[in-house]
Amino acid sequence: MPVLRTVQPTWRKRTTTAHLVLWGGWLALAALFAWCWREMTKNTIWAFVWDAPEQAADLGARMFPPRWSYMERLWWPLWDTLNIATLGTILGILIAVPIAFCAARNTTPSVYFVRPVALFVIVASRSINSLIWALLLVAIIGPGLLAGIVAIGLRSIGFVAKLLYEAIEEIDHGQVEAITATGATSAQIIDYAIVPQVLPAFFGISVFRWDINIRESTILGLVGAGGIGLQLQASLSTLAWPQVTLIFVVILATVVVSEWVSAKVRGAIT
Amino acid sequence: MLTVENLTKIYKTGDRALKDVSFTVQAGQVVGLIGPSGAGKSTLIRCVNRLVEPTSGKIRLDDRELTRLSGAALRSARRRIGMIFQEFALVERLTVMENVLSGRLGYVPFWRSFTRRFPQTDIDMAFALLERVGLSDQADKRADALSGGQRQRVGIARALEQDPELLLVDEPTASLDPKTSRQIMRLIGEICAERNLPAIINIHDVVLAQAFTARIIGLRAGEVVFDGEPDQLTDKVLTTIYGEEDWNAMRRGAEEDSRDNQEAAERMAGLV
Amino acid sequence: MQSVFETGRTWRRSPVLIKDWRWRWGIYLFSLVYLVLAISTVEVNWTRVYEGLDRGWRFLQGFLVPDFTSRWRDISTGLVESLTMTLTSTVVGVLISIPIGIGAARNLAPVPIYLACRAIVAVSRSLQEVIIAILFVAMFGFGPFAGFLTLTFATVGFISKLLAEDIEEIDEGQADAIRATGASWLQLVNYAVQPQVMPRLIGLSLYRLDINFRESAVIGIVGAGGIGATLNTAIDRYEYDSAGAILLIIIAIVMVAEYSSGFVRKWVQ
Repeated sequence: MPVLRTVQPTWRKRTTTAHLVLWGGWLALAALFAWCWREMTKNTIWAFVWDAPEQAADLGARMFPPRWSYMERLWWPLWDTLNIATLGTILGILIAVPIAFCAARNTTPSVYFVRPVALFVIVASRSINSLIWALLLVAIIGPGLLAGIVAIGLRSIGFVAKLLYEAIEEIDHGQVEAITATGATSAQIIDYAIVPQVLPAFFGISVFRWDINIRESTILGLVGAGGIGLQLQASLSTLAWPQVTLIFVVILATVVVSEWVSAKVRGAIT
Repeated sequence: MLTVENLTKIYKTGDRALKDVSFTVQAGQVVGLIGPSGAGKSTLIRCVNRLVEPTSGKIRLDDRELTRLSGAALRSARRRIGMIFQEFALVERLTVMENVLSGRLGYVPFWRSFTRRFPQTDIDMAFALLERVGLSDQADKRADALSGGQRQRVGIARALEQDPELLLVDEPTASLDPKTSRQIMRLIGEICAERNLPAIINIHDVVLAQAFTARIIGLRAGEVVFDGEPDQLTDKVLTTIYGEEDWNAMRRGAEEDSRDNQEAAERMAGLV
Repeated sequence: MQSVFETGRTWRRSPVLIKDWRWRWGIYLFSLVYLVLAISTVEVNWTRVYEGLDRGWRFLQGFLVPDFTSRWRDISTGLVESLTMTLTSTVVGVLISIPIGIGAARNLAPVPIYLACRAIVAVSRSLQEVIIAILFVAMFGFGPFAGFLTLTFATVGFISKLLAEDIEEIDEGQADAIRATGASWLQLVNYAVQPQVMPRLIGLSLYRLDINFRESAVIGIVGAGGIGATLNTAIDRYEYDSAGAILLIIIAIVMVAEYSSGFVRKWVQ
């Protein structure tokens, strides 16, 4: 009886070319990494790096214990920090809402002119961290809470507007059509068909941003824009490490509390 | 009286959704518009209140020419044309009462609608309509808390709150079970009879159309292929409308939907 | 004809968020008092602000007519530092995140390892970049190496947490099927987990690359190298046209990164 022999196919996960491309990609990434590493560490003084554990131990020794008595000088800056975050968030939201409506494809007054401008404002605001905004504003309008509030506000515009315009673009169009069919004006359509649909998203986004802003406003003082960061800057420049430790602890506690509040509020909304 | 003359709609993609459609609807007449999906039923009724822009042809409601209107004139024409939607299209997060009162948006200034301070006559009418559709105790519930049949009743109340001269009804039963479908169709029929209100009802269910309308218009590929009484609708006529095999028509239906969505997006861009 | 409908019932919209009127008015009052107090603590030196308007205008001009050339050496050095720092820290951060992310997934790791990894994630996430940068600069000296460590540290917290969440959400059916073949733990990770989370991991890494670049512009302010240091110097010297150029470069790179990462993510899935 003749034995039928077929060619045994060898099984491979990918075809040879796909394999090559994949490996080529990883190799390129590795090469890029190596080049970047060399470029980045060109001016690194390795002695400092090898010295680091010692430095760390030294720093640790100087940082502990925290100087708890310094706390009484921190309450007021903490209150300022809270205000910077809250007022900045409100400022940002006030500007972000109209921009979001201009940027959403389905509500923008003009797809070819207004929308690109709104999108650019969003990207510009999002690309620049609030600390950089603060740096600029301190140089322009002088140090203080106002610079911090405006910096937080400017950074929040992009964040809130981006998430909000995405929510606006995702609304159910049927409801808009139904309200349009009643003979409503544009303002009434926004009020009755669009706002109710995006309101929960809006509250969620705002509280979320407020939480992030608390976190960011704690360090704005480093560049002179008010809040607890001012104390941090002062303590750092006088090398008062026990105070720095206390400030870190306070910042950490603030961040944890604001995160908890924001999670609670967002949970209650939805 | 609604008069449609030589209505044609060509979408940007080049599809002819409607070709030379002409008919008249007398006061108090309830017309069922049947045809396979993609035949242009939805486009046709949306041309009447200009949610879709017709390419050519005329639509007259009584003596008013609708196709040339824009801005405030278009809005005041729209407020006399009630529309009932397939997926109800209620504003889910508003209360039943707000949804019904939204039928008055074309009549009240922005500040009144924004503060929800509608004239007492509007509120009285809304309560009366809710009672008529059997939802008088649901006024303060949110629309998304209602069942499908109840939502469609709110949709009917909203359309009637407009004090309409014409009712456009787009597949009112597509999202409902058979029993509720019959109840809703009966309710629409009764209301039209009470108010001597003309209506055009898009409906894919031929049996329901025959049971609840006085006249049927059959649409196929954008053309009127039948216009007569329900009992004239023989198997032969139905074959003309739906074809022996209507797979192609169904495929076109999907296309029409996506086209409608595109149109919708373009319209929205123009609204605000 | 409208009198036919007369029912005499009035209607007011029921409150949207808070049903109880005492709570509602309480919260309104509280918000009002807070706002008044908060705004009153903002001391604004209006003459200073007025003087600043001129500087603001010059900055806006600098933004519209940026000067790329006169400080180009500084800008390009800062930019190279930022970009190399971004890439290396993302790569190293992601590599470290993979074991920690697996360890922080409840369905894969034993309890002690799970708790340890979660603790690492929590520490890394609750300290923000600038504070870590301050510490690392103090330990490792000024320059991009401290920045690299900072960004790596932050990347680990970010990626590990999201990766762990992804792993916890995998389709258990597939994992069970592989377990049923008698696979070892490593084989389980390789066959059941990796295919499911790989596209997400690549997406997250690209997203983090974008964030790391933005952060690299910030940590320079506290001495950790990169474009932020250049920007800080430019603003200190009141060279608004160079500052404008730097900001425009940052915006452009972020835009390119966002656009191309969206493209790559589509391609991966």
